[in-house]
Formats: sequence, C-alpha cells, structure tokens
Amino acid sequence: MTRRILDHPILGKMEDNNYVSFTFNQKGYKGLENESLAAALLANGIRTLRHHEESGSPRGIYCNIGHCYECRVSVDGQQGIRACLTPVKEGMTVESDGQLPSSKRR
Amino acid sequence: MDNAIIIGAGPAGLTAAVTCAEKGLDVVVIDEYMRAGGRLLGQLYEEPNGNWWNGIKESTKLYKKAVDLGVNFHLNTAVNNIENSNGIWTIYTERETFHTPSLLLATGAAEAPVPVPGWTLPGVMSVGAAQVMTNVHRVKPGERGVIIGVNVLSAAIAMELQLAGVEVASLTLPKTNQMTQDAGKPKEVLDSLLHVSHMAPSPFVRYGSKLMKNDFMKKLGVNFYPKKGVKMWDIPIQLRKAVTKIYGEDEVEGVTLATINADGEVVSGSEEHIPVDFVCIAGGLYPLAELAAVAGCPFYLVEELGGYVPLHNERMESPLEGLYVAGNITGIEGAKVAAAQGRTAGLSMAHHAGMDELDGEIKNSIEWTEQTRDNAHIQFHPEIETGRKKILQQWDAYQSNKKRSVVSNSRGGIT
Ligand SMILES: Cc1cc2nc3c(=O)[nH]c(=O)nc-3n(C[C@H](O)[C@H](O)[C@H](O)COP(=O)(O)OP(=O)(O)OC[C@H]3O[C@@H](n4cnc5c(N)ncnc54)[C@H](O)[C@@H]3O)c2cc1C
Ligand code: FES
Repeated sequence: MTRRILDHPILGKMEDNNYVSFTFNQKGYKGLENESLAAALLANGIRTLRHHEESGSPRGIYCNIGHCYECRVSVDGQQGIRACLTPVKEGMTVESDGQLPSSKRR
Repeated sequence: MDNAIIIGAGPAGLTAAVTCAEKGLDVVVIDEYMRAGGRLLGQLYEEPNGNWWNGIKESTKLYKKAVDLGVNFHLNTAVNNIENSNGIWTIYTERETFHTPSLLLATGAAEAPVPVPGWTLPGVMSVGAAQVMTNVHRVKPGERGVIIGVNVLSAAIAMELQLAGVEVASLTLPKTNQMTQDAGKPKEVLDSLLHVSHMAPSPFVRYGSKLMKNDFMKKLGVNFYPKKGVKMWDIPIQLRKAVTKIYGEDEVEGVTLATINADGEVVSGSEEHIPVDFVCIAGGLYPLAELAAVAGCPFYLVEELGGYVPLHNERMESPLEGLYVAGNITGIEGAKVAAAQGRTAGLSMAHHAGMDELDGEIKNSIEWTEQTRDNAHIQFHPEIETGRKKILQQWDAYQSNKKRSVVSNSRGGIT
C-alpha cells in the first residue's frame, strides 16, 4: 500500500527518491530524506502521533504548518518537537510525546 | 548586525528580500518551515488564461533569485520574540539572536478552527494541512474525505485533492453553534460564495450568482437549493447539509451528516453516516500578527482584511521606527498581492537604510499592488478595497493624534 502521490497530472512525477530509516515508538520506518516527520509517518499509514496528557485521547496533525502544536513528538530524546516542521534524517529516533503509561495501556 | 532582517519566507518576505538585496543591503530571512515559499508552496490552480499557477515552481524561482543575490536564509528557525532598544531590533529565535535597524514581519496568515464534535480525532485536519500534504509532500491525506466549511479556500483545495486522486465525498457546512456562527448558515455562505462564482464551471453557481444580486433572491436561492446539492468539478457541494459529528474509535471513521434549513437548523431524523478516512475543516484565514503585537504595534479590527491587523501605511511602514509589515499579516489576499506588498516593503527598507531617490519606485510599487489586487484571480473578501481604505484612515488618524499629543505634551512642559 502506498499513500504517496507518485504521479500527478500537473505536478508530474515525484523526483525525490532518497529514502532514509527512522524509528517511531521503537518500530522502524522509511521516509524521504528531508520531508517532514508528519508526512513520512502519514505515508506509512500513521496518523496518531501522541496521546493527550490528561484525557489520553489520540492526537494527530491539525494545521501541518507549525501553528497548532498538536503534532508534538520527541526527537532523539528532545521533547516538544513539532512533527510537521521537522525534516526526517537517517537514524532519527522519534517517540510520542506526553503519553502517560496509563493512557497508553488503556 | 544585518542591514535588514525578514521574518517569513512566503511570497511577501521573499520578494522583499530580493528587492533589498538588489538595492545592495545585507539581508537575512528567517522562517520556521523547512522550505522557503510559505503558503505559496501548496498553491495549484488554473488561471483564466489556461496557465497553471504552480506554487512550488514560483517559490523555487523566488528562493533561487534571493540566494543568487546573496540573501542569507535561516530556515527551520522559529522566532519567539522581538524587541527594540535604541533603534535596534533584536530577534530571538530558538537558536541564535539577531540584530538589525530594519525589520520586516511577513508572517502570513493562519486558519481559524471550527470545533465540530470529534474534531480532535487523528485524521481531522485543517484544509490547508491537506493542501500541503497533497501538493508539497505528495502524501494523500486519506483516500476519501469530507470538507467542512464552504469558502474560497476550501473550494480551491477540494479541486486540488481531486486532481491528486483523493476523493472528496462532500463539501459541506458545520452545524451551527456559537463558534461556527455564519459559517453554518447556508444563506451567509451562499452570499460569500457569490464572488468566487467565476471559478466554478457549474452553471448553477455561475449563472446563479448573477441572479442572486439581492437578499430576497439569495434567500430564494437557498430555499430552492437542491437538497442533494450541486456539483462543482464533480464534487458535491451541500449547502443544505451539515456535519453534526465526526466519529471513530482511534481515528476518523466517518461523519454524521444531517439536512439543515436555510437558517442552519438541523431537521431531526435526517442524519446519515458517511464513511471517510479523513476530514478537513475550513474555518477561513486570519492575519498571523503575534510578533507585531509583542513589539507593541497598534492594532485594528478590520473584518474585510480578515481580523486584527497591525497599523501600517501604503509604504508598508508600521508606526514603530524600523518595523515593516507585508503580505497576509496586513490582510488576507492572494500570493501575487503579497509579493507586490513585499516589493514595496523592500524599497521602504532600502530607503530607511539611507538609499535616496526611491520615492518614485515606491510610488510605482504601490500602484502595482493596486493593479495586482484589481486583477486578482482569488479574492478572499469581496470588500477588500474597503478594508484597505479603513486601515489607511486609521493610519492618518493615528498620525494626526500623535502630532496633537506632541503639541499638548510640549505645552504641558512649558507651564
Ligand atoms: C493554509 C493556507 C492555505 C492557503 N492557500 C492559498 C491558496 O490556495 N491560494 C491563495 O491564493 N492563497 C492561499 N493562502 C493565502 C496565502 O496566505 C497567500 O496566498 C500568501 O501565501 C501570503 O503570503 P505571505 O508572504 O504574506 O505569507 P505566507 O506565505 O504565509 O508566509 C509566511 C511565512 O512566515 C513564516 N512564519 C510565520 N511565523 C513565524 C515565526 N514566528 N518564526 C519564523 N517564521 C514564521 C511561515 O512559516 C511562513 O513560511 C493560504 C493561506 C493559508 C494560511
Ligand atoms: S500540525 Fe499544527 S503545529 Fe504541527
């Protein structure tokens, strides 16, 4: 299954094909180098980036351009990084932010 | 110290950067996004002359031009605060701190949210988010979606989604509540759509708009508006329906759609479930002016410009020494107008840096902005010109008040 738009009637064929490996919550994925983490994860079918600190409800991207802070994840141990503004790099370790162990298990 | 610093690498900021650099200034551009172009990046539509406006191409062209002229870019860098002391602006970012006598705020616009029950579920996103995923990242926001909120932007993006092979099951309204206000009333929406009708190949919308010049006809238009909706680019536009709820366990699984009357009230028992894997919310755009507020720039609410805008004149000067604004931070318009304003701002900044004899060029640039506005293909508010006039009137009032208070202050000093 691919969610990428490899061919577009106006924009043409996708030129980038430099795939890199990264992990999200300990699982390995591939993304295009320098595309946003949010795009790379969505291309892998992943919409849920974190769970809300209090309610534990799942959250994903909303604005995709850095305004809403809904897409916060940890990148290489640093918390509160916006997945929609962060380019994917080889070997990146990404984890859901603000996810309490209890809300994760339920 | 840099001669000029520009926050925002959208069409306004990039054009200002090119203009300043052409005049020999050292220019730094700061943007939090990973790529230059701002909201221009995602734009893709066919112009009346048959040419495609390809935002990625336009952005790349502007960016390359700026780089060739020696403009220094700091992308992936969010500005948190700005401050002035003794005529020098300090710009605080996540990484470094910058200083300049001449600062341009070209931070663009943001999308207003419309809280529909279930809107925090993964798979619900702003319509602009779907645009960026589809056209910039080339990742489908989903296979089949519904767009809630009918306006210029959502109509344009619905077409872009369809072009990329993503099915748009419906372009429809949110259920009315205190937050959604007019966005949930068919009559008001139809009203706001009349000025985009030239984009619509659907004869109903196109001819309809000429028929519906007055309120009475509009009301009739809504009442007779077919319950099934009309199709624009093969996408059903349903002004007589509204989404009452977005449902799903851990992600979006569908929406509940109900029939509404002309005032936006739900007809009970009319609810149906529409299975979709994503939902876009289109609440309209407003100027993103936080940094101008932080700097202490006066603000005015001008509905026609999309909300609160920092006070400015035609030369894109704010009342604060060395602070300039251009693009959607001054009012919601298309990318070409933003770029034209950026050129004016760039010239004003060069003037501020001590370059003489730019008055003629500045005047031409202001005229060019007006022409661009007149010829704009996309217009976000039908009364944009009125809005522009209002803010200029505020500028004049502010300046004459300032003069008066200077006079009275100095009198106070004598007695
Ligand atoms: C989601 C969305 C979709 C749009 N789609 C269309 C469309 O299809 N057609 C159309 O004609 N118009 C569209 N517009 C209107 C658009 O705003 C204008 O067309 C045009 O892009 C405005 O140019 P600008 O230079 O003023 O701002 P923008 O193009 O928005 O650029 C502003 C830049 O400033 C940066 N920025 C903002 N705050 C900070 C900060 N604190 N620190 C660092 N960087 C910052 C942003 O990352 C961005 O790159 C859209 C607007 C939005 C918000
Ligand atoms: S999705 Fe809004 S900040 Fe990332």
